[in-house]
Amino acid sequence: MASVTTAAPPQSATRSRLTESKGFLSAWFMLPAAVLLLVFLTYPLGLGVWLGFTDTRVGRPGIFIGLENYEYLWDDAIFWLSVFNTLLYTVSASILKFVLGLWLALLLNENLPLKSFFRAIVLLPWVVPTVLSAIAFWWIYDSQFSIISWALMELGLIDHRINFLGDPTNARASVIAANVWRGIPFVAITLLAGLQTIPQSLYEAATLDGASRWQLFRYVTLPLLTPIIAITMTFSVLFTFTDFQLIYVLTRGGPVNATHLMATLSFQRGISGGQLGEGAAIAVAMIPFLLAAILFSYFGLQRRKWQQGGGD
Amino acid sequence: MQFTRRDVIRTGAGAAAGILGGGLLGRPAFAQEAPTYTPEPGATLRLLRWSPFVQGDEDSWLANTKKFTDATGVQVRVDKESWEDIRPKAAVAANVGSGPDLMLVWFDDAHQYPDKLLDVTDLGDYLGNKYGGWYDGPKGYATREGKFIGLPVACIGNAIVYRDSWVKEAGFSEFPKDTAGFLELCKALQKIGHPAGFTHGHGVGDGNNYAHWLLWSHGGRMVDEGGKVVINSPETAKSIEYAMELYKTFIPGTESWLDVNNNRAFLAGELGVIANGISAYRTAQINKDNDPKLAEIAKDIRTTNLPIGPVGQSVELHQTTVAVVFNYTPYPNAAKAYLQFMFEQEQMANWIEKSLGYCCQTLKGFADNPVWTSDPNAAAYSRASETLRPNGFAGPLGYASAATMADYVLVDMYAKAVTGQATPQEAMEEAEKRANRYYRV
Repeated sequence: MASVTTAAPPQSATRSRLTESKGFLSAWFMLPAAVLLLVFLTYPLGLGVWLGFTDTRVGRPGIFIGLENYEYLWDDAIFWLSVFNTLLYTVSASILKFVLGLWLALLLNENLPLKSFFRAIVLLPWVVPTVLSAIAFWWIYDSQFSIISWALMELGLIDHRINFLGDPTNARASVIAANVWRGIPFVAITLLAGLQTIPQSLYEAATLDGASRWQLFRYVTLPLLTPIIAITMTFSVLFTFTDFQLIYVLTRGGPVNATHLMATLSFQRGISGGQLGEGAAIAVAMIPFLLAAILFSYFGLQRRKWQQGGGD
Repeated sequence: MQFTRRDVIRTGAGAAAGILGGGLLGRPAFAQEAPTYTPEPGATLRLLRWSPFVQGDEDSWLANTKKFTDATGVQVRVDKESWEDIRPKAAVAANVGSGPDLMLVWFDDAHQYPDKLLDVTDLGDYLGNKYGGWYDGPKGYATREGKFIGLPVACIGNAIVYRDSWVKEAGFSEFPKDTAGFLELCKALQKIGHPAGFTHGHGVGDGNNYAHWLLWSHGGRMVDEGGKVVINSPETAKSIEYAMELYKTFIPGTESWLDVNNNRAFLAGELGVIANGISAYRTAQINKDNDPKLAEIAKDIRTTNLPIGPVGQSVELHQTTVAVVFNYTPYPNAAKAYLQFMFEQEQMANWIEKSLGYCCQTLKGFADNPVWTSDPNAAAYSRASETLRPNGFAGPLGYASAATMADYVLVDMYAKAVTGQATPQEAMEEAEKRANRYYRV
């Protein structure tokens, strides 16, 4: 006991100094977040980048081979096809999700009967696990049992089943449609939250000034919603660009790689094919596109002048 | 707890030997003394296997596992995954050095990470000697440089499944034995509205089975004995031309099919002919009491081996599943004891029988299992282990053969040509280029 008592004052003094130090406390409180980021984000990302420069295979550590994986990919038609597919998928789905999501948000922002009920229902596609909704779409797009084909044939509008996932163009359109269906709720609900932050007084003032419905939207709603749009669409683009489950369940990248995205190709080559180095290189090749999407959202959509109704 | 990887304790007798080596008494003259693996104190095992296609397979496997637990006290947790997800799971387990102690993997998985697997040569030799030897094909998937890196558990036979009445209606009294006759049959079936359907999509099993049959039956090969890519050949060209003719007779949409599509369409009465494991037939048979339509289909189903092409012999891929023990397991003896127990006569024979023809024996001594003669439709699957050719034939098994299959090089070659996206020559050249990337020319 005596020794404890003797040692206590210096410890207390040190502790007291530390707890009063702003720098120490800041570092201390940030430590858990920093550790999480380092362990679960920085390290895997760094490892992925490193693997892309090696010839690591499953069960065998690789050696540094510089840019060889990227050189292979540069001459690989399927890789470039996956880049094309990913860009087409992301751009098409994101535009559709934005337009339809914004439309839905504007509708839900009106004073509709059973408003809360509809808002809850709209979230369903987002809440359902992707794999489950993908399996539902798998049936919807089945070459023999599609309910769409069946309904159109019963109505006499077509005389043979639609080859949803067998024809490359149809397959691309089908997977985009499935992604849009799943992604709209996220955009709609987030934009709805943004719409509800716009003061009603602005609409009243604009209405008194004789603004039409379109002018209300163009000069009040849109500028004030832009920061939310920027954030929402950044996330939406990131989710779409890195989509995996939908393709894996619906087509495995087929037919003849027409729906392979960079994420699914990376998995096919890296994990199923055992070529971890090349798989990692494909995944790393996604980073510039993702960065470009983020930069576009932040620096493009958040321009202050535009938000304030001015030109560029 | 200290132990060595090959901590094989050979005792001449004892209760454990009696239990683990069940069926040793009265065994054939070629049998040798059973190795005895004493499970480590407190050992527990985790096995990851593929989800069953025939319920009897899983029921029997679990019952046999329980018998093992009752006899040894070693708890075995059996997890299952969709069969297509086994390969990535095994790859991750091998790479990170953590996961299930044992896995039932597919094809040449074991050859991708042989250093990560427990050497089970003693067990492989013992079982081979005791049960009449291993069939060469499955043995090849489980051995490397003369050592067993796993034990081939079963081959999943692939065969033609067809509707007998429709084949007769199409004017064929029996199913054609050669590829030329088969094409004529498919044309005739299309005319009467009961077309054939073979997978051209990224179906790991059905897609690869069909593509390899097309190639091999016409004498084509992906690589030669030395691993040189030889896919760009007149034989391959012939096989592509044949596939293009056949494709014209198929039900639309086969280029999008995954593994389950053909069974589904066949059991819905949409198709006259498919190639599949016996599960398509068994599904109809098992459910016939609940569904009159399935009862009718089950009665009408016949099975036979895929037609023989210009090469003159039956050559097929078939899936092979291999039991591997990862060498990170803390319980290697328990794992070996478990495998030994599961392969012994009493358990293995029961499992093969209860699998209803889905799992073909890899040891010749089990070939007389009554399952192959109790139902005429099982016969086409009885010789799967005998007739299979390994993936990447005629080259060595390894990461290149595995990666070439995983990247659907062969499947895409045919799909691209039959759908008109490339000429046969262009499709071959692209396949050659893609395969060369793995075989590193």
